[in-house]
Amino acid sequence: MAEKFTKNAVGRMIPEKINGKPVIPFQGVHKYITDGKRYAPPLSSSANFPEDGNKQVKDLKTALKNAGIKDGMTISTHHHFRNGDLIANQIFQAASEMGMKDLVWFPSASFPCHEPIIDFLKDGTIHHIEGSMNGPLGRFASQGHMRGAGVLRSHGGRYQAVQDGEVVIDIAVIAAPTADSFGNANGLTGESACGLLGFALADSQYAHKVIVVTDNLVPFPCIPWQIQGNYVDYVVEVDQIGIPDRIISGTTRITRSPDRLFIAELTAKFCDEVGIIKDGFSFQAGAGGTSLAIGNYFGEIMRKKGIKARFARGGSNQYLVDMLEEGLIDYILDGQTFDLAGVRSMRENPHHVNTSPFTSYNYHGKGNFAGIVDVVILGATEVDVNYNANVVTHSDGYLLHGIGGWQNCLFSKTVILPIPLFRDRIPIIRDEVTTICGPGELIDVIVTERGIAINPRRKDLLEKTANSKLPIMTIEELKAEGERICGVPEPVKLGERVIAAINWVDGTVIDVVYQVIE
Amino acid sequence: MAHIGTAGNQGPGIRSDCYAALKIKKSGGIKIILNSKVDALYKNSIRDLAQQILDFYKVEHAELEIIDRGAISLVLAARIEAVVKECLESDDEFLLDMILENQHSTEKDHKRRSRLYLPGNSPKLMLNAGIHKPDAVILDLEDSVAPDKKAEARLVVRNSLRGLNFYGAERMVRINQLPDGLKDLEYVVPHYVNLILLPKCETADQVKAVDEKITQLLAEAGLDHPVYIMPIIESALGVVNAYQIASASERVAALAIGLEDYTADLGAQRTREGRERFYARNQLVNAAKAAGIQAIDSVFSDVADMEALREVVLEAKSLGFDGMGCIHPRQIKVIHEAFAPTEAEITKAKKIVLAFDEAAEKGLGVVSLGSKMIDLPVVKRAQNTISIALEAGLIPENWKETEQE
Repeated sequence: MAEKFTKNAVGRMIPEKINGKPVIPFQGVHKYITDGKRYAPPLSSSANFPEDGNKQVKDLKTALKNAGIKDGMTISTHHHFRNGDLIANQIFQAASEMGMKDLVWFPSASFPCHEPIIDFLKDGTIHHIEGSMNGPLGRFASQGHMRGAGVLRSHGGRYQAVQDGEVVIDIAVIAAPTADSFGNANGLTGESACGLLGFALADSQYAHKVIVVTDNLVPFPCIPWQIQGNYVDYVVEVDQIGIPDRIISGTTRITRSPDRLFIAELTAKFCDEVGIIKDGFSFQAGAGGTSLAIGNYFGEIMRKKGIKARFARGGSNQYLVDMLEEGLIDYILDGQTFDLAGVRSMRENPHHVNTSPFTSYNYHGKGNFAGIVDVVILGATEVDVNYNANVVTHSDGYLLHGIGGWQNCLFSKTVILPIPLFRDRIPIIRDEVTTICGPGELIDVIVTERGIAINPRRKDLLEKTANSKLPIMTIEELKAEGERICGVPEPVKLGERVIAAINWVDGTVIDVVYQVIE
Repeated sequence: MAHIGTAGNQGPGIRSDCYAALKIKKSGGIKIILNSKVDALYKNSIRDLAQQILDFYKVEHAELEIIDRGAISLVLAARIEAVVKECLESDDEFLLDMILENQHSTEKDHKRRSRLYLPGNSPKLMLNAGIHKPDAVILDLEDSVAPDKKAEARLVVRNSLRGLNFYGAERMVRINQLPDGLKDLEYVVPHYVNLILLPKCETADQVKAVDEKITQLLAEAGLDHPVYIMPIIESALGVVNAYQIASASERVAALAIGLEDYTADLGAQRTREGRERFYARNQLVNAAKAAGIQAIDSVFSDVADMEALREVVLEAKSLGFDGMGCIHPRQIKVIHEAFAPTEAEITKAKKIVLAFDEAAEKGLGVVSLGSKMIDLPVVKRAQNTISIALEAGLIPENWKETEQE
């Protein structure tokens, strides 16, 4: 079948339809402006709900049945339990037992713990996944085994898609570390405490039916109600919703690799030299080992200068919490807590604020926080000579990572990607990246162990470093150095079938991922 | 000769390296079985390289298995050459191009504050060593290489000397104790090594043997750049003979001390206070300085304790040592900071450098400061101090202008 493709604003060929639905190719940053109205789920009437407010049903299967589960429905989950989530697999186990077919799973992210989902993709229970596919699921999809195409969105893009009706959630299942029988819920306490439930906010507001699942049912009221029971249809109590030490796993230790520490230190030096680290600045560094080290170096510089940051964006962890408690940061605006120190701080410290993709990243909001941040530190699997970057696929074509908040963070005032020039002989700087996830015009600086490249669009940064001792190079020079060490990579031949779409923050499609030929 | 050869490293922790196994056969042509982590991007180039090496050694019938974890070409080539040489007798060397950056020699009094040890059979650790800017790297063929891996390590070290950019670090090789070490020299001297570390050195004759072999190898290769020797004194006898060793050859640029073996030789325990090694360190500094060369301290083995390292370096500096060994890249910065000149040293160096400039400007053959004549080596040392101070950001680039105002 001959699909029709059009070239989008970053030169990638985009099919007319994905999963049978028409798509809009990426038109450029801030170019696609939508009108129309927000999507609205059907009205509910409280008369239809128990007068005593007790919405508890006996198990997940009953809740799904009562919610009217049918073939082809879209079922959503959140990823606050990261690799310790026990609920998503149970939902589709139950759905499979009920004989459901062609469901769409709409997680805010998936993890290796969701490998059993492969069985439900194989047996027809699930048609495709719209959400990040990390590890085994991504490999399965890359090999062309998923019937539909995956759709990957950023955290903000997920909110956008729900709000404008691009995705209609039939049933949202919200696993909650603590909840009451009315459906009020939070992530702050309980065995599976994960801090907050921000990724489930859109789901609670827009899904047709909402099920809260908890292993810590408390008498009404569950305070604070991060998720409001007024949106919730059913409450289910189970023995265990998550595995605590996997919920808090992530990368929560500063790297010990001397090479990564070197890159981290160089990044901090760069930020200092160009004047980013000043009193009242703001920053966001991720939870990876290198990012943590950068936060730490920021702290050292702030202490030396006697200054503090107005706010830092989370993911939070021990290191960021220490900085908050030391007085180096006024506020943590947090999207997810990566360890128990983060959970505790959010529970106890009013300066540690829980945020959602709505406040931080949503394209349909009247502004969002992302652009207010002075500097953001992000990763990438590849960057091309035009600074376009990839975070979802590896150079061999495999889809192995999600977008997370990465695209949304690109709107920060300065975007820095600290990355090694090569990983196991694979050069990071390429003529073309395998998959474009972010357009080069939003990416400002690449810091590698062998040099720093500044996007020519950032004349200000180039001027500030003109007489610097920092190893400033052009991106072409960096690429040449990488290829001199590793050799020039051979072109990778990929299949013709589109196995996933990469959406931009506004809902347009910036690139697609092709099947891998093994 | 064996018909099966193996070389390299494999296993879960291995990266940027490969394992090769070669089976020589009587017929059937060449079969290359490649299992590479970077297959999608480099399978053709790896196969081509392997074929090229087999052709070079005229291997016509064989099965070559390569388990590759992202090794760069020079590592792959070293591994494949190693397995071929296990299977057949050949003195031919399969050499990849030598990069321009590595075709330079150093000065006898090159800055040698830090020298980073890199195990000779672990290419992963060599790849990024240069980015940490040690004054020198040591590609080690001695203690860090298992006895049955010596032959293959020589090839990795040789190929790295030729093809790996160490970003300006002086390129040193620690050879094995003599007589094995003399064989090691054949693999490194023709490939622009800057300095040879001679371990467990006890007599001037050992130095002379190395000197002669270096001279011979350079002549055979048609090269005449300087290759220095740094004997490592690691025994009581070595300490006693330190001055003879230091002055045994023009090539000796520095004396180093190895304290682990030395204390064992004394039958003493290594203590934190270090009284048991105080004599040896002083004697070594004294012998080195008497011979007009540098004195280099041992390594500090607790890689997590940067404060203790700083103390040890400050002590070494106060005793007269010019440098120290490092076993982890994070130690380099601490060592450089601790060896940085003090304010008084900088002030003195500035005066000497300015006096030298003035003399040069006036075309005077003699540099003098006040009524004192200044020897050229003193000027050189002062220039060195200034360059270190500049590099450490202790004085501004334009210090001469501000100084003369």
